[in-house]
Amino acid sequence: MARGLFAESGADLELVGVRKEFPGFTAVEQLDLTIAAGTFFALLGPSGCGKTTTLRLVAGLEEPTAGRILIGGADVTDTKPFRRPVNTVFQSYALFPHMSVLENVAFGLRRRGIGDPLGKAHTALQLVELDHLAERKPAQLSGGQQQRVALARAVVNRPALLLLDEPLGALDLKLRRQMQLELKNIQTEVGLTFVHVTHDQEEAMTMADTVAVMNKGRIEQIGAPEELYELPRTSFVANFLGQSNLFAGEVVESGDATIGVQAAGRRILVPTERAQRRSGSVTVGVRPEKLLLLTEEPAATAGINVLGPGRVTDVSFSGVSTQYLVEVPGVGTIIVFAQNLVFGPVVERGAEVWVSWRVEHGFGLSDAPVSSIAQAHEALVGGAEA
Amino acid sequence: MSGNTQAGLVLGQEIGAEELAPAPVRRRAYGFSAGKWLLPVYCTLALAFLLVPIVYTIVFSFNDSVKTNIAWRGFTLDNWLNVCSEPGVCEAFGNSLLIGVTSTTIATVLGTMIALALVRYRFRFRAATNLLLFLPMATPEVVIGAGLAAQFLSAGIAKGLGTIIVAHAMFCLSFVVVTVKARVASLDPALEDAGRDLYGSSSQVFWRITFPLLLPGILAAALLSFSLSFDDFIITYFNSGSVNTFPTFIYTAATRGIPAEANVIASAVFLLAIAIVLIGQLSAQARRKRLAR
Ligand SMILES: Nc1ncnc2c1ncn2[C@@H]1O[C@H](COP(=O)(O)OP(=O)(O)O)[C@@H](O)[C@H]1O
Ligand SMILES: [Mg+2]
Repeated sequence: MARGLFAESGADLELVGVRKEFPGFTAVEQLDLTIAAGTFFALLGPSGCGKTTTLRLVAGLEEPTAGRILIGGADVTDTKPFRRPVNTVFQSYALFPHMSVLENVAFGLRRRGIGDPLGKAHTALQLVELDHLAERKPAQLSGGQQQRVALARAVVNRPALLLLDEPLGALDLKLRRQMQLELKNIQTEVGLTFVHVTHDQEEAMTMADTVAVMNKGRIEQIGAPEELYELPRTSFVANFLGQSNLFAGEVVESGDATIGVQAAGRRILVPTERAQRRSGSVTVGVRPEKLLLLTEEPAATAGINVLGPGRVTDVSFSGVSTQYLVEVPGVGTIIVFAQNLVFGPVVERGAEVWVSWRVEHGFGLSDAPVSSIAQAHEALVGGAEA
Repeated sequence: MSGNTQAGLVLGQEIGAEELAPAPVRRRAYGFSAGKWLLPVYCTLALAFLLVPIVYTIVFSFNDSVKTNIAWRGFTLDNWLNVCSEPGVCEAFGNSLLIGVTSTTIATVLGTMIALALVRYRFRFRAATNLLLFLPMATPEVVIGAGLAAQFLSAGIAKGLGTIIVAHAMFCLSFVVVTVKARVASLDPALEDAGRDLYGSSSQVFWRITFPLLLPGILAAALLSFSLSFDDFIITYFNSGSVNTFPTFIYTAATRGIPAEANVIASAVFLLAIAIVLIGQLSAQARRKRLAR
């Protein structure tokens, strides 16, 4: 019996060449992935990219068309879902409507014949601070409470692997922030491996130790949140995780320390080790908050990239920072985030400005440029892979 | 500024119109005073039309009848106390119960399984199965009855309880499938996924999640099926041989005069059905109140 698999600590998850085809549609193209035991792993991607399918494959609710799935080193590809040491918090919660909250939470324990299911269920409900509602039916709870019951129902089994499918999607912003912290606390407390699926990049970055960005059934990049943010490798990641200014151009010089890219009549330098491609036409980028807005053309300085002159076409105030849109001829629109260190915007609409940034903040991508707008458009109309 | 004035004007006009309105409205109400009476009268007549035969049946179950139960001869409880004294009445009633319960059980079990298969799985002949299940509902009963009778004859099966049960199970099946299918379609498949994810084997998931959630639909289907079977005359008449069910008994008896004992059983069934409905309503109400607290 698989009972020996149920560990007091998390297990690592390994996906080897996993592929899932539905009739007429390939939901997961190719997944190779290792998630270390005890980590909080986030699977981030737009709607329809195959996140839910990936979780269902791990839980055993779908069978992969190809590839192997290993949990804690054991191959579970052909194991029935009820024999896998995995529990899922479903996107729709899927609480059993005909059972009380307590019976919902005790369900898994009862099926495995674990002693004192009700006592353990009460403990799990205390963990999510819902023990006082144990006798209610799920329909009598709010969305946030149902979400916490779903979490308790999964955590109480102490699965080696806990899968969370956009569990916070239905909550309002404030409750979502609060639940993010709670989830993170619970994960640290129980020491299980969490695989958290979300399409909210902020959620992924605040909660996870490791984030994988998924797009069209493939993983584009895996890494720590800071790493993904500071050094995106594809334009999809650069635009899905925060915003980016991307410039296409030809590599005109390639040195040990930097490569030079000719874009919009200017030379943009990018550190060589931060560039995925070092010859031919490339896309380089920089994050909007790394940019400095200047009202006079700066003197050429080593280690600084400058673009301009351009014209400010839009100024929008968002509290901590102000977003400026700068139209630079030959380059397009550049987004600049400036901290509101003084009252009011620094420059007005229509002002002539230059933007500059430090060379070490730039990054070079491995693919052709896709602007944020084009990407959003493609996500909407489901355009074909270029 | 001018916009404000305009709005104020419009508002003023509206208020004025409202103040003027009551008079014509009231006149209109007077004008339609016939309508005020027509509906209640119509409803009362319709109800009476529906209830008279039932009331007649109940009242005449207390008639001190001798041969025929047509003229009122005086009140008695004898019919109620000795229902089975009239030969054939209780036997026919018992047959109807037996046939109803057996065919309902067969139709409900089979129908539930078919409904699950039709909603959950894509298989060859799925569309054809849907169509076939619809046919008994669309075909006139006489045709089904005669057709079945011919089949039993050519297969050399003697008519009796067995053939009636088979016939009833057949036409009840369609109604069960239709009723349960609606329930299955509204069942969130994620619930069963959650059951499997929470260490439930296939049978545990079925009995602890799928079945309890389908139960209201299955019960409704079973009740419908039982009442259809209990009621059925045409198909039964073709396939009953020498066996009498309650409807066929009454049909035969009608030529001689229906015994008052038949009225007793009919009244009892009616009152029982009403009682069940009332109990169901009241307990549902009590449950709602408890939940609301
Ligand atoms: N059972 C299925 N049959 C056919 N297509 C499916 C099925 N399940 C999911 N898909 C398709 O696979 C793609 C990925 O779905 P999903 O994994 O649910 O995406 P996500 O959770 O990232 O939004 C979607 O385009 C969806 O239409
Ligand atoms: Mg999903």
